[in-house]
Amino acid sequence: MLTTLKIYRYDPENGGAPHYDTFTLEAQPTDRVLDLLERVRDDHDGTLAFRRSCAHGVCGSDAMRINGRNYLACKVLVKDLGTTEITIEPLLGLPVKKDLVVDMGPFFDHYREVMPYLVNDEEPPEGKERLQTPAERELFDDTTKCILCAACTTSCPVFWANGNYQGPAAIVNAHRFIFDSRDRAAEPRLAVLARQTGVWSCRTAFNCTEACPRDIKVTQAIAEVKRALVRRKPSARR
Amino acid sequence: MTQKHSFDVIVVGGGGAGLMAALFASQTAKTAVLSKLHPVRSHTGAAQGGIGAALGNLEEDHWEWHAYDTVKGSDYLGDQDAIEFMCQEAIRAVYDLEHFGLPFSRTPDGRIAQRPFGGHTNNATGKPVRRSCYAADRTGHMILQTLYQQCVRRETIFFDEFYVLDLLLENGAVAGVVALELATGELHLFQAKAVIFATGGHGRMWEITSNAYAYTGDGVAVTLRRGIPAEDMEFFQFHPTGIYKLGILITEAVRGEGGVLINDKGERFMEHYAPHIKDLASRDVVSRALHLEMQAGRGIGGQRYVYLDVRPETVNHYAALDGRTRPDGSPYRVTAEEIQAKIPDIIDFCRTYLGVDPVKEPMPVQPTAHYAMGGIPTDINGRVVGDERGTVVPGLYAAGECACVSVHGANRLGTNSLVDLIVFGKAAGQDAARYAAGAGFQPLPADAEDFARQQLEHLRHGAGTERPAEIRREMQRLMFEQVGVFRTQEGLEQAVRQLQDLRARCRQVRVSDQGRAYNYELVNTWELGNLLDLALVTAESALARRESRGAHAREDFPRRDDENWLRHTLARLEGDRVTLSYKPVTITRYQPRERTY
Repeated sequence: MLTTLKIYRYDPENGGAPHYDTFTLEAQPTDRVLDLLERVRDDHDGTLAFRRSCAHGVCGSDAMRINGRNYLACKVLVKDLGTTEITIEPLLGLPVKKDLVVDMGPFFDHYREVMPYLVNDEEPPEGKERLQTPAERELFDDTTKCILCAACTTSCPVFWANGNYQGPAAIVNAHRFIFDSRDRAAEPRLAVLARQTGVWSCRTAFNCTEACPRDIKVTQAIAEVKRALVRRKPSARR
Repeated sequence: MTQKHSFDVIVVGGGGAGLMAALFASQTAKTAVLSKLHPVRSHTGAAQGGIGAALGNLEEDHWEWHAYDTVKGSDYLGDQDAIEFMCQEAIRAVYDLEHFGLPFSRTPDGRIAQRPFGGHTNNATGKPVRRSCYAADRTGHMILQTLYQQCVRRETIFFDEFYVLDLLLENGAVAGVVALELATGELHLFQAKAVIFATGGHGRMWEITSNAYAYTGDGVAVTLRRGIPAEDMEFFQFHPTGIYKLGILITEAVRGEGGVLINDKGERFMEHYAPHIKDLASRDVVSRALHLEMQAGRGIGGQRYVYLDVRPETVNHYAALDGRTRPDGSPYRVTAEEIQAKIPDIIDFCRTYLGVDPVKEPMPVQPTAHYAMGGIPTDINGRVVGDERGTVVPGLYAAGECACVSVHGANRLGTNSLVDLIVFGKAAGQDAARYAAGAGFQPLPADAEDFARQQLEHLRHGAGTERPAEIRREMQRLMFEQVGVFRTQEGLEQAVRQLQDLRARCRQVRVSDQGRAYNYELVNTWELGNLLDLALVTAESALARRESRGAHAREDFPRRDDENWLRHTLARLEGDRVTLSYKPVTITRYQPRERTY
């Protein structure tokens, strides 16, 4: 079927204003939107810039706005969109570097703020694993799925309005460790999340949950972090 | 102006092997990671089923059994000293990962969960053994995330989206690398005492592949151009269960959990090819079986695919026939919910790309180009070995899929890629730091970046009569047809001729994007050049090897020939000419025997 792609273009070197280019190409209903972008670059316009790698929704390179909603281009099929008119734009809220390529720097800065790594300086059992029951493991299973694609954070109206907000992805990655029975740094992490730029900025818009290509229940994870903050020992609060 | 940087150790590639190398090298040496992708985009993240280690958490197991299975899986081409080292170290590597925070799935008593995987057996009974340590069906994702997290904690230095184009050697030793910064289009010169290549595989030279777009063999191509041979390139693994047409991987764990392969007649055909362990035979064996079934017209509806069936009723039916039991001795039975919990990502892929729910309908699968057993020759410390006499290139290292130690020989067992990149990533990182502590910098020549600059200028200003996408598509079709699961003299000769032609055409490309920032057309064309070099070396190596062993199956030479071919291929590329030499296989305790499953 004949499909029309309207793609956001911006070239920092040619000084021109951002604009849209339109390409018409033959597509199968089961084509990924990424397949169409590849065909544009291969056969129509070699200058089109976008990131991609695994092409099946696990590397997180190709998050972008497709018909106004955040998707991974490799995880949405033409038939899923229910139209043959497809508008493709870069993620909102991060600086555009060229066409569909955004600067992920601010996103990863927020990620690093929440100490996204296991902290446990007790000597682990020599030549054995630290024990963790399946029930303990289950508490943070959902948030281990995050691929850091930024689809959630850049769908969040609070983040659009205030780039200092840590955003859902950073909170998801904090959750992954706060609820890990092996971790010992929940308190400093919660202290970071209790700041004005942390979880209390969330207005429960649910955009993040809808945008997550990994089906992480992001809003629920944020709520669990909020509850953990409420339960904190008063002595630990500022 | 070219920017200059100086580090003791440069790691090229930010996947599992590269991050592991960086974590260990940076403990004592000034280290940086250059990666053409942001590290968390690396293809390690796509690995699904697990990492093999004889922990024995659920039943008796021994590293020696793991080693024997790996030797047998390699069709006796793996070097047994390296395999023994890897299988012993695997146990510590898995506990290291757990201590780093990796969220493994757990047994009821809180230990790391393990599942059966293709080719892994109890050596006493020959039955499948639970050896694959897993985190649901996203073990590679969890390894990549965990290692990156530890790098964040230790403030590892990264140059993200820096693409290495050239290796600098002076006085026979490493001097540094030249890299293109994608954001600016500028060249950077990195002086280094040691360079570790961890650039992954090259499956993108085939039409149907499980591999990421980024898998273009960059490290092997760069070192080949600098006179380093490539080892055993004719051995490339085709995984039997890729999603039909798309090539996306369906993990072997699906068969580990009881899934079976079914042909158009409704038969579980693996019974005929591997009567003992059936669907859990080694990948090369299963891929050939699929190919032969389809050739005999028993693909579904006569098409080029068969079904992978993991519906609970099917799993329970065949588990009962096989007499399969749970660890406590009770009969093995599963529910749809249990399957969903064990392979959630696979179910998601099938729903997304096929509109198929695997607990209700079978999945259409075909063999998909998956893993490079061959690559840059190294020893067990990750040091690159530059010739057939074992001469080490000072300061040069490789680890992970781009390297050939060789632990996988002619065919890799499932779960051993993750073992490889953890064990040898660490070994390479430690040895490179040790080397750097006792070595000085080699002087950089004044024209250090000239080669890279000239090649880039050529692509920007070529004759412009050829388009890279067409050359790429022709290469991918050619390789899938003539250098695929089965090969013949005639087909390989045709492949060599056409690849020479495609390489000549690639020199006539002129990229249309003349900009500097994020010029992906330029990068993709450079990658195509790398793939064409490796495709030629692969076809020539395959043409010369007149036997069938592991993943290299010659219709005209269907038997393994230990008398003449129990040896590794070393291929060198000079201009358009490939020259081949050979080196012996290291055998310790496992004498070559006929390989049946």
